[in-house]
Amino acid sequence: MGNFIGKSVKRREDARFLRGAGRYTDDIKLPKMTQAAFVRSPYAHAKVLNIDISEAQKADGVVAIYTGQDGCGAYGVPCGWQVNFKNGDTMREPVHPLLAKDKIRHLGEAVAIVVAETLELARDAAELVEVDYEELPAVTDPKKAMEPSAPLVHEEWGDNAAFDWCIGNDRTEVEAALASAHHVTEMEYRNHRVAPNAMEPRSYIADYDINAGKWTLYTSTQNPHLIRLLLCAFVLGIPEHKVRVVSYDVGGGFGSKIYHYTEEALLTWISKEIGRPVKWTSDRSEAFLTDAHGRDHVVHSKMGFDKDGKIVAHLTDEYCAMGAYLSTFAPAVPTYLHGTLFQGVYTTPLIHLNVVAPFTHTVVVDAYRGAGRPEATYLLERIISKAAKEMKMDPADIRFKNFIPPFDGIDEPGYQTQVALQYDSGNYEGVLKRGLEMLGYEDFRKEQTKARKNGKLLGVGISTYIEGCGIAPSAVVGSLGARAGLFEVGHVRVQPTGKVQVFTGTHSHGQGHETVFAQFVADKLGIPMDDIEIEHGDTDQVAFGMGTYGSRSLAVGGSAIIKSVEKVLEKGAKIAAHKLEAAEKDLEYAEGKWTVKGTDKSISFGDVSLTAYVPHDYPEGLEPGLDFSSFYDPSNFTYPFGTHIAVVEVDKDTGKVDLQRFIACDDVGNVMNPMIVDGQIQGGVVQGVGQALLEEVVYDDSGQMITGSYMDYAMPRADDVPMIETDRTVTPCPHNPLGVKGAGEAGAIGSTPAVVNAVVDALSHLGVTDIQMPVTPQRVWKAMQN
Amino acid sequence: MQISLTINGKSHSNDIEPRMSLVHYLREVMDLTGTHVGCDTSGCGACTITLDGNAVKSCTLLAVQADGCEIMTIEGMANGEQMHPIQEAFKENHGLQCGFCTPGMVMTAVDILKSNPNPTEEEIRHGLEGNFCRCTGYHNIVKSIQQAAEQLNS
Ligand code: FES
Ligand code: FES
Repeated sequence: MGNFIGKSVKRREDARFLRGAGRYTDDIKLPKMTQAAFVRSPYAHAKVLNIDISEAQKADGVVAIYTGQDGCGAYGVPCGWQVNFKNGDTMREPVHPLLAKDKIRHLGEAVAIVVAETLELARDAAELVEVDYEELPAVTDPKKAMEPSAPLVHEEWGDNAAFDWCIGNDRTEVEAALASAHHVTEMEYRNHRVAPNAMEPRSYIADYDINAGKWTLYTSTQNPHLIRLLLCAFVLGIPEHKVRVVSYDVGGGFGSKIYHYTEEALLTWISKEIGRPVKWTSDRSEAFLTDAHGRDHVVHSKMGFDKDGKIVAHLTDEYCAMGAYLSTFAPAVPTYLHGTLFQGVYTTPLIHLNVVAPFTHTVVVDAYRGAGRPEATYLLERIISKAAKEMKMDPADIRFKNFIPPFDGIDEPGYQTQVALQYDSGNYEGVLKRGLEMLGYEDFRKEQTKARKNGKLLGVGISTYIEGCGIAPSAVVGSLGARAGLFEVGHVRVQPTGKVQVFTGTHSHGQGHETVFAQFVADKLGIPMDDIEIEHGDTDQVAFGMGTYGSRSLAVGGSAIIKSVEKVLEKGAKIAAHKLEAAEKDLEYAEGKWTVKGTDKSISFGDVSLTAYVPHDYPEGLEPGLDFSSFYDPSNFTYPFGTHIAVVEVDKDTGKVDLQRFIACDDVGNVMNPMIVDGQIQGGVVQGVGQALLEEVVYDDSGQMITGSYMDYAMPRADDVPMIETDRTVTPCPHNPLGVKGAGEAGAIGSTPAVVNAVVDALSHLGVTDIQMPVTPQRVWKAMQN
Repeated sequence: MQISLTINGKSHSNDIEPRMSLVHYLREVMDLTGTHVGCDTSGCGACTITLDGNAVKSCTLLAVQADGCEIMTIEGMANGEQMHPIQEAFKENHGLQCGFCTPGMVMTAVDILKSNPNPTEEEIRHGLEGNFCRCTGYHNIVKSIQQAAEQLNS
């Protein structure tokens, strides 16, 4: 531990946010800026027969109107990940047009865009655009989408599958093991669709400078460089060095702001057409209809056990919705971010997962906090708890019985799973023991027995999760279909006065990078945090980067920065040796200065920095300057893990679930800033609780969304949740320099099954063995009546 | 239509369209972009300000309805360099992550503590019912308001 690493340093970014001086995209106003409004389809599936813009064109303040018949109609946004059919056939990849031409494939798909002097005028004119549609039958459920009679989302392929895929051991082997198992537990359910709902709606401003021939796109994105790359190389074909993508403050992402959205490309195209800046900010209704959703897996699973409760085999079949098109990361979510976690924290010897990924007449589905891993965890943690009930075992005992034993991954390789990955380090029983201790498990069980006698419905639910983070080793993901590298870039620029600017290709939209990154750089350089500035979110400032998602910023981005810091110190040592007239090997670096070992001869970091830029008395042959950029490509994923425990009381008259306690004992490796890690866990937990108890995107059979506003879509409010009790164990990651694993998604991964397990536990003596999420009062009440 | 009102202690007069919402007026006309818009159904609280001392959702009011009123937005909370104790408490307790809900949370906290200087956890949670935060899970927001209460009472 240094001066700053491991301390709850208060965040530097807070001052501007607390004063209302954040710089979110919608806060930016450019001279001569126009405003855009969309005309969106009121149907989920329809033919576009005619679009009449003549009245709208005459409206006040209209600058331009475009439809799919205009030049922009030639472009579409690409998918970033290719997952082929298991028989080797290529993934089916439809064009995802910027504006629909003759066919509508999901509710809210854009058919025209109106650009006007003000937002009101743009919206007024949009109302005057007349579109004739012929409505067609739709399919929104991923399993139904594979029925032979299902309406086709894309006619050209004859069925709705984008791909089908499998992972793990040979299916027949797994089936045979299940057939001879002592006990088999079976589950069928839907891991339902949710909407990420970052509080800041998406917002974009595109500005074309005719003199420089250069575009600037201000965008609420989690990864500015990736957007630039996709926009330039795959959508509009414009030169990458002539495009600047800026993403200052972003009001939450949770995955939904990773993807390259059609509106970003369309606005960029329009800004050149009209020669003026153009802004569009989604309203919440549009966000429900057009932001990528999460989850939506229909699951059928069987897990076999021997008579001691040890898992012998696991077989699962899933239908996972892609939505109407393939979003940037969509194919990876139910496959490489999901199936690869089916080992969980258990020694299961035989595993097979089959995934069919159909197109549906809905908005696209892509990564949402945890992306594929919450779905895997939900399945494993529900089914093992269900098995425990069926086999009359304690849910903690059955887990202890099946855990992979502790390993640190230092001298021996990590744990090789049946599903491709090799875990880095772990101590799964450690977090469960600590979690049970935090709860007071035995006392709770006594209290529960007593409560039952008094007619109270009290339940406890356990979940022990693992996730794959620190995304990702480029060659590995490349072999799995990723069309990008997933390294990160860290640039450290030491100025002549010894002040330091750090440029990172990751992006902070709540995670506190400006603080945390400065903490470890300050410690490594032995200088004050105040001497360090962290820059991100502007492609003209930061050389390159892959952005923030998959809990990668510290594990991958931080490691890239460390590499550059090491290069600074290496070169600094050469300068110091020259100035001190000593050999480099005789120097040591601590507290911001190089000292000749065993003497009091030293030179400070600031003096060495100045010498690097005023190289009069300088080592021969050494370049001036102290400025290094590094690419870091991780050698493996990182694997945080933990135990989450929920305590609920169910109201026996109304079926309402009251979450009374929530305990999280997580292991995210080394911790740079405990305050921020706790904050990430607390927030993630509540999002996971939201899915378990409240949230669901519901489309009806015709593809209308019946939960399209905060009147109908229930998100957790302050009075729905208790304080979150957190603690940690620390099992460092053996393969990155900071020993960190990532903390952004853990909360959302572990919490959902803990809550549902608790509800089932509360009702188990009434014969309830399973319940569909979200566990609404109505569902609970119905389950109690049966 | 002509309106005159006081915002963060300064008087303003503007000629505005009658259909303009108060939040739009604050953001677009007054350039006070600290007040945010997170929804279109009065459900999120990101736009919360105080009007004559009471927290209101500025997206649900027309600017003309604020004629003659006294408005405080997040920009008016600090006294120069010195942040308000509620702002300090949010920083101290990590009561914000992405910061988007934060102005609304702080302005709601003003109202909660005005009517109840010693709120219990439950009362704070109840008072925050109209404000979504998607980042923090509310834990540290509740703690921030608890600490602010102590600070303001001492
Ligand atoms: S903007 Fe959501 S309540 Fe006002
Ligand atoms: S801090 Fe992001 S929504 Fe509250």
